[in-house]
Amino acid sequence: MNWEVVIGLETHAQLQTKSKIFSGSSIAFGAEPNVQANAVDIALPGVLPVLNREAVVCAIKFGLAVGATIAPRSVFARKNYFYPDLPKGYQISQFEIPVVQGGGLSIRVGAGDTATEKFVHLTRAHLEEDAGKSLHEDFHGKSGIDLNRAGTPLLEIVTEPDMRSSAEAVAYARALHALVQWIGICDGNMQEGSFRCDANVSVRRPGEPLGTRREIKNLNSFRFMQQAIDFEVQWQINEITEGRAIRQATVLFDPDTGETRSMRSKEDAHDYRYFPDPDLLPLEIGADWIAEVESGLPELPQAMQARFQAEYGLSAYDAAILTASRAMADYYVAAVAVAGGANGKAVANWIMGELAARLNKGDMDVAASPISAAQLAGLIQRIADNTISNNIAKKVFEALWNGEGKSADEIIEKQGLKQITDTGAIEALVDEVLAANQKSVEEFRAGKEKAFNALVGQAMKATKGKANPQQVTDLLRKKLGA
Amino acid sequence: MSDLINASLKELGAALAAKKVSAVELATLFLDRIDALNPGLNAFIALDRDRTLAQARAADESLKVGAGATALTGIPLAHKDIFCTKGWRTSCGSRMLENFISPYDAHVVEKLAAAGMVTLGKLNMDEFAMGSSNETSYFGPVKNPWDSSRVPGGSSGGSAAAIAARLAPAATGTDTGGSIRQPAALCGLTGLKPTYGAVSRYGMIAFASSLDQAGPMAKSAEDCALLLTAMAGFDTRDSTSLERPAEDYSRDLEKPLNGMRIGLPKEFFGEGMDADVRAAVEAALAEYRKLGATTVEVSLPNSGLSVPAYYVIAPAEASSNLSRFDGVRYGYRAPEYGDLNDMYSKSRAQGFGAEVKRRILIGTYVLSHGYYDAYYLKAQKIRRLIAADFQEAFKVCDVIMGPTSPSVAFAFGAKSADPVQMYLSDIYTISTNLAGLPGMSVPCGFGATHLANPMPVGLQIIGSWFGEAKMLQAAHQYQKATDWHTRMPGGLS
Repeated sequence: MNWEVVIGLETHAQLQTKSKIFSGSSIAFGAEPNVQANAVDIALPGVLPVLNREAVVCAIKFGLAVGATIAPRSVFARKNYFYPDLPKGYQISQFEIPVVQGGGLSIRVGAGDTATEKFVHLTRAHLEEDAGKSLHEDFHGKSGIDLNRAGTPLLEIVTEPDMRSSAEAVAYARALHALVQWIGICDGNMQEGSFRCDANVSVRRPGEPLGTRREIKNLNSFRFMQQAIDFEVQWQINEITEGRAIRQATVLFDPDTGETRSMRSKEDAHDYRYFPDPDLLPLEIGADWIAEVESGLPELPQAMQARFQAEYGLSAYDAAILTASRAMADYYVAAVAVAGGANGKAVANWIMGELAARLNKGDMDVAASPISAAQLAGLIQRIADNTISNNIAKKVFEALWNGEGKSADEIIEKQGLKQITDTGAIEALVDEVLAANQKSVEEFRAGKEKAFNALVGQAMKATKGKANPQQVTDLLRKKLGA
Repeated sequence: MSDLINASLKELGAALAAKKVSAVELATLFLDRIDALNPGLNAFIALDRDRTLAQARAADESLKVGAGATALTGIPLAHKDIFCTKGWRTSCGSRMLENFISPYDAHVVEKLAAAGMVTLGKLNMDEFAMGSSNETSYFGPVKNPWDSSRVPGGSSGGSAAAIAARLAPAATGTDTGGSIRQPAALCGLTGLKPTYGAVSRYGMIAFASSLDQAGPMAKSAEDCALLLTAMAGFDTRDSTSLERPAEDYSRDLEKPLNGMRIGLPKEFFGEGMDADVRAAVEAALAEYRKLGATTVEVSLPNSGLSVPAYYVIAPAEASSNLSRFDGVRYGYRAPEYGDLNDMYSKSRAQGFGAEVKRRILIGTYVLSHGYYDAYYLKAQKIRRLIAADFQEAFKVCDVIMGPTSPSVAFAFGAKSADPVQMYLSDIYTISTNLAGLPGMSVPCGFGATHLANPMPVGLQIIGSWFGEAKMLQAAHQYQKATDWHTRMPGGLS
């Protein structure tokens, strides 16, 4: 019998503000321990939190990007628990009334023509502060506390249990990861913990009520997410099959063993004693503030995809690939701006073909491409105006990649790659080729089409590829009376 | 010299301006009195003569030059030890902070220092402001200067005793459920709790954030008006501080009371008030009628719920506010412990006193899953009803009056074994905190008159939201017609 997998994700996205959510300390990564912790961050007696408006702007941007309701009035609440890296003994978060409510994300699962679309509903997204870090090594048996991270602004984004496989979960996480960077609210750096996911996983027989879930904490790479969910699903199925009930628990994924293991069960879960923080007024967001933020929002991926399809005739798949990240879309838009809209399709093909292949080989992001969008566009223009053939263009591309010239034009000029379009010159060449390859001519006349291709090849070779292949073909056929 | 210890702030300011006395002489006068009398009273728990005199010298300098001097420059005052004061031990009356030297100044401390006032020292208080008698202080109880066998009230008991004994001309206090007004009443002083949000809470160690408010304590309404003008004002560091234009709280002091309508809540004049308190309050109201005011009966039907609602909300907030005292970063840490949880338990068990622990337990309980709706949410609803009662009452009156405390100062130990009895001593003051209203207490006579040491009685005046100026006008006009506020305990001069 089949099992249905049910997954919901909770993502903590660190917001790209200059200072902390309730204090003026910097949030830059990598500083010496505790140098970015002021009186408020270390919770001295008598200090009070003051909300950073920039963090709210990030939340509004996100809400708009996912088509959610921006709550006109949301409430900060205290989540009470003791831990040495939580200086106040409570975390300021949002509980009953979050700032972003509902909305969702369209994701593509799979690749190429077999890819399917899916809409993942969001439950909510709320603002909260991060805790500090406990350092358990190098302190001679004691623990060290670094409060630089304490008070860093986070947006916790919670989905409905909409995903049905690890592939869907990863596709959602990737789409979300791209979106938060797209709208400029999070740098997406997963190694530094700027974007981390928890996955709630359960299994059930189709049509049955939801099974008991276990929460996999702190997944900081897409690969681990896939592995962790796959392992967890199989583990849960085995447990149920063998007659053991799943107990609600929080689990950790161990990348070394590829297994999940229980951290704590529901029984020893905290009672966080949430209540509205009396130090902060309810957060009120008026329509004018939302409109102001909206006017500064970039064109969103979905709108851009539709535009690319309509304006440049791209397929839905191509449009999705080109808007998979802000950097990619920026590159494409910049290249089209130079190459012209008529070359939109050619630009897409070059980016997804030659450029993507080279980038993949070097494990590089498009933002780090040695060939700029304008350089690529210059190359494509020379193909379009018949200055070079596609084959020569690949050579020019290679030369640009290796930094052999500042532009396609420079390389074409320097390396003499300009296509020969002088009919007289080509005609003379074709005559030479025919004279030197009588055998092929005879074979062709005897009906072997392959022999014709050999003659074209010889002619192209003679021009070092610079002749216009179409022109060569036409002339050959004319001369052979074919 | 007795002129100076009894002088009003205005008189002290005039003497300083006229160079009849220097700030250093004035500070020395009070420091010497503190040295002589504080051992018997225990009002001051931190003194630093060098620091005080350095501040006084700076004030003298500024008075000499004239630039930057205000009406308060060179006048000494003392701070309740709940205010973080840079370089001073700031203990909040607790063993938990016995060795905590604040690295920063509270907003109130900063503002009064900026006005040129000289800090005499830090004043004793109930631990974390939790108490009505000053018996919960880790540093021992403060004695009432009128009768050393009695409590000074609390939690600002050190502030009240210091002023009553003329160890300081004025002091800061804080009021979460009556902690300025009740000790002012019990020690024969004038004390004012402003509208919630009028004075920044930045640097004031939090007890119950939605109720805490700092205010002045002094001998007269005129003094309180001057101090409040210097203390109040918007502060970006406190999100609950209200952005309003600066006010001169003295502006209406000299206006006569003709036509002022005084509301008398019938719930404040029922059972529970001692006869001697009632007599003094009734006499004060008669005086007000003589001054041209009219009285009208009003009703605050939900005021009976104020004590139970307060003892849900205040401990709930306190249980969370006091979580930061965990022995990790500063404050008391148990000398010996096992694992992390043991360190928390032992540090907090040893660092906090019994009343603080009681309130943390109550607060933790009422916020717990399954109890939150029944306690915390219900208490918040009552709070709104209480505020609505006042709103209704202020439609027919300008100020509300009644007793500050149901009895005069009680003897040490009289209520400390029965928390409910202790909590009921704030029955008339708590509802104003729940509603966020300003309130004050002014001396209006004496009770226990059959005893060797008659004890002061306080009249409570409650204003409408931001009605401090009117409240002060009512108090000042009364003090111009009476002399209760000038009385000083015997045997101290």
